[in-house]
Amino acid sequence: MFITLKQKSGKLMEIPKSFLGYKRENGRAGTRNHVIILPVDDISNACAEAVANNIKGTIALPHSYGRLQFGADLELHFRTMIGTGSNPNVAAVIVIGIEPKWTKRIVDGIAKTGKPVEGFHIERTGDIGTVMKASKKAQEFVMWASEKQREECPISDLWISVKCGESDTTSGLASNPTVGNLMDKLEPLGVHLCFGETSELTGAEKVCATRGATKEASDKFMKTWSAYNDFILKEATDDLSESQPTAGNIAGGLTTIEEKAFGNFQKIGDCKFIDVLEPAEEPKKGKGLYFMDTSSAAAECVTLQAAAGFNIHLFPTGQGNIVGNPIEPVVKLTANPLTVKSMGEHIDCDVSKILSREMNLSEAGDKLIETTLRVANGRLTCAEALGHKEFVMTKLYRSA
Amino acid sequence: MATDIIIHDKKDNVGVVVIEKITPKQDCKCWIMEDDSSTDIQSMDEIPLGHKIAMTDLKEGDTILKYGHDIGKVVKSIKKGEHVHVHNVKTKKW
Repeated sequence: MFITLKQKSGKLMEIPKSFLGYKRENGRAGTRNHVIILPVDDISNACAEAVANNIKGTIALPHSYGRLQFGADLELHFRTMIGTGSNPNVAAVIVIGIEPKWTKRIVDGIAKTGKPVEGFHIERTGDIGTVMKASKKAQEFVMWASEKQREECPISDLWISVKCGESDTTSGLASNPTVGNLMDKLEPLGVHLCFGETSELTGAEKVCATRGATKEASDKFMKTWSAYNDFILKEATDDLSESQPTAGNIAGGLTTIEEKAFGNFQKIGDCKFIDVLEPAEEPKKGKGLYFMDTSSAAAECVTLQAAAGFNIHLFPTGQGNIVGNPIEPVVKLTANPLTVKSMGEHIDCDVSKILSREMNLSEAGDKLIETTLRVANGRLTCAEALGHKEFVMTKLYRSA
Repeated sequence: MATDIIIHDKKDNVGVVVIEKITPKQDCKCWIMEDDSSTDIQSMDEIPLGHKIAMTDLKEGDTILKYGHDIGKVVKSIKKGEHVHVHNVKTKKW
């Protein structure tokens, strides 16, 4: 039941070979078994929430957009909607939109996974009629999904995304390197991994580019980062030295933007990324580490990674970010003893003993692997128990 | 094993204070995470939690290494054991 791995130090370690997940029609595996009610647009939120209120065990994913968007921004909207419905943590989907055409486009996109999905549009029916029809279907879906059982799945069925937030010096010192240690240990086992935060790699971008597994991946990263930087240079009236690092970062001991970026960068350990993804783009090059072009805002980033198909998220925090996601469980870890003490209900994995040297990085990595597998097997995360379901669409520019 | 200062990488010329603060002339225990080794340093300044200490003498124009990487340049010479922060180090970015 265990795989023995040889670590860099030469020490041997054992890692469980499998977890208990939900096998899906397209061959992926989920760590959760959600039935979601997905509104296509902002004005369909009320309907979606009414259905979720009627039918127990379903969740609505209200959001703010989906009208009058165009071009790349509209493409991203569809990619995020279809990707969210297609995520293996979702068993079945009800899609509700104002108009039939965009609703159908999302239904058809999700249907490619083979999972049950049905769409409803509100025009010519109204909210009440739509809620009735959609509720009947949602009941059927949730009762069907409730019979799904967890089965043994290889650890390579884990798709792990990472993003840090409310960082302080303990993040770069300990919690981010703990995630890096986990990546170094799990990458050889064939898992998919994803990091993002284009803006917060500024200062470490050249070193990050050298971590591309191929020249193509490195060039693609520099192109993505440069596009972001050009936007900053275009909009900024001054350089960013007044904003990055922030006054809070400086008070905490961070001196330069480079130092902040290298702290962030600790999350990928010694891994190399094999490709660069658009926001919410599904990885297509198989197992390994991917970089995704994302915002550094927590909920936006996790929403995009979940839409790309990642089924469990690791979130190192310093001062205590509390974010969750409706479909992808968010595992929080911190090395800040004050955060553990003052807001422990948000922390799934405490690695603060690294700072007092009662725990080394490898032990912390092992502890995080254990926590990750327990959550993959079904243990609720702190964010899930506390009801955090932040679903935040990324919008690229103003609507037409 | 208690530690006062953590150094990420053997190449680094700064360490990070991980106790509430260190005081001038304090003999500090340092832990180098990369290879799990130890070293000592005597501080020259009071340095708070999360802030950096120079592990070696540094002169104007020198590069600060943390995580084994370039995180900025020295703009005012720094002696071993002194506080390293925005008053003597600047980004190379702008």
